[in-house]
Amino acid sequence: MTGNDTNKRPETTPGRLHGWNLTLRYEDRPISHSLSVAIPDGSFTVIVGANACGKSTLLKALARLFKPSAGTIVLDGKDIFEQRTHDVARRLGLLPQSANAPDGITVADLVARGRYPHQSFLRQWSKADETAVCAAMEAASVADLSARLISELSGGQRQRAWIAMVLAQETPILLLDEPTTFLDIAHQIETLELLADLNAKGRTIVAVLHDLNQACRYASNLIAMRNGSIIAEGSPADIVTEHLVQAVFGLGCIVIDDPVSGTPMIVPRKRK
Amino acid sequence: MTMARRPQTGSYPQGLIIRFRDSRLSCRISRRTLAIGFTLLLLCIAIGVASLAAGTYPLSVADVARALLGHGEAMVLMIVTEWRLPRVALALLLGGALGMSGAIFQSLTRNPLGSPDIIGFTAGSHSGALVVILVFSGGYYQTAAGALAGGILTAFIVYLLAWRRGAEGFRLIIVGIGISAMLGAFNAWMIRKADLQVAMSAVTWSAGSLNGLGTEQLLPVTVILCLIVPSALLLSRPMRQLEMGDDMARATGVPADRVRLCLMALGVALTATATASAGPVAFIALAAPQIARRLTRSAGVTLIPAALTGSLLLLCADWIAQHAFATQLPVGIMTVSIGGFYFLWLIVREGRR
Repeated sequence: MTGNDTNKRPETTPGRLHGWNLTLRYEDRPISHSLSVAIPDGSFTVIVGANACGKSTLLKALARLFKPSAGTIVLDGKDIFEQRTHDVARRLGLLPQSANAPDGITVADLVARGRYPHQSFLRQWSKADETAVCAAMEAASVADLSARLISELSGGQRQRAWIAMVLAQETPILLLDEPTTFLDIAHQIETLELLADLNAKGRTIVAVLHDLNQACRYASNLIAMRNGSIIAEGSPADIVTEHLVQAVFGLGCIVIDDPVSGTPMIVPRKRK
Repeated sequence: MTMARRPQTGSYPQGLIIRFRDSRLSCRISRRTLAIGFTLLLLCIAIGVASLAAGTYPLSVADVARALLGHGEAMVLMIVTEWRLPRVALALLLGGALGMSGAIFQSLTRNPLGSPDIIGFTAGSHSGALVVILVFSGGYYQTAAGALAGGILTAFIVYLLAWRRGAEGFRLIIVGIGISAMLGAFNAWMIRKADLQVAMSAVTWSAGSLNGLGTEQLLPVTVILCLIVPSALLLSRPMRQLEMGDDMARATGVPADRVRLCLMALGVALTATATASAGPVAFIALAAPQIARRLTRSAGVTLIPAALTGSLLLLCADWIAQHAFATQLPVGIMTVSIGGFYFLWLIVREGRR
């Protein structure tokens, strides 16, 4: 199988990826109980919530990196944990928060590692691998940096290189855990624009973000979590209200229209 | 070095691309790695031949070549193939095993200090062998078995103690250093408690030496390595993915815990094979992968260049130990000295950054 099939738009049947009745817990610390979530195909879904509300854990569970103690994660109609991890990796990609670039690796070599699920011991570097790596570097605008070492790059360039790596995986669904953390504001916007662009080209994007205003601007589908439960879900314009922000973050605010995008914008009130 | 070529700017991953049958058989290898690999191989052969020629009964290279092809005087044939060849072959094989083992552990721990000598497996093999020599007064094979068992047991204990929802590299190193120190104390205590005679032979073994090794060791070592090395090479791709972190590896389809466990078992087996045959030979496993990485300028450590560098290092060390001084020294002493220089070089290099 080569990556060609991933260029098609996802099927219209609702939710290639969804979680049903999930219980998420770390040994003695419960995170979520009977949580259900569906990722609409072709959406740019953003998960928001206060620190430690379980949003990263949910993302990891959706990416089969965290096993729920009850409930099922379904990818393409089958339990994700019962599918071969190699096969899942051709349909679902993840950029975790903690990714480590090996010493002395170049951008091109890092991006090439995203091809792992398409390769085998004998088939280590096919034509399709080459095409996908080049396309991914183009899409993430790191083609000019391909021969540079990751360690020489700025934070924003480095993040784009990592995104290029998961793009090379050519998965129709892409999960990102806080892709804008540690970036300055310009690089945050650059990264989000890139994701929006990928989404417009047909990929389903799921990202955990911290900045609510950015989430409102870029998300087509917003999931707001508190204490391990989803308390609102839908288009930001429909669900983001002063009441919701109060409920999710415990923050008093007013919601106005973003003067650039027209999406909801949160302006915090002063705490007395 | 020869044929070094800086990567050019361009959008393609660089390297030599080989494809057969519509990419079904394909690979990409950096030209520099290839060139370095061949250079190392040639150096191994050259120094190997020089070692076969050198000794109390010096031979010419032509004599050696003839003897290797099975011709020449019976006397020369015997000296080359029966006396000297097994030792040279063992230096190459065991050096390679140590280099590869070091590469595996440094990759798993994502740390240049994560070599089996540092994280306690060598000390564990040593303890195992000492117990056999001192308590059961075992012979060569029993000692080897003891070293094997000691190494594996230590690895198991270190892995268990470092385990906390997955065994992270850094914890493995810290726990390993602790265990290593405790085993070092235990080893010293064992030798102190033993009779002088037995203690002497134990200390000789402890120095790490190829003295007295011959055909009877070469055969089992070759068989074992023929099993381990291909398995390790099969796992080198998932190993590379693991270097990016467990989450990233899993996300790209690597069953991280299973692969790590297999790689650890293979790495321990490689070290244990070397320790069982020659005693604890320090620093090859630590230095070879890093030297190879700097020569090839590869991303992370790589198995084959590390193994070739290990072979070359041990062969050179053994040659120096045998011929450079008035008396034959155990090769372990030479490798410790090499290790000292390696650390100095590393410190200077890191200090400059």
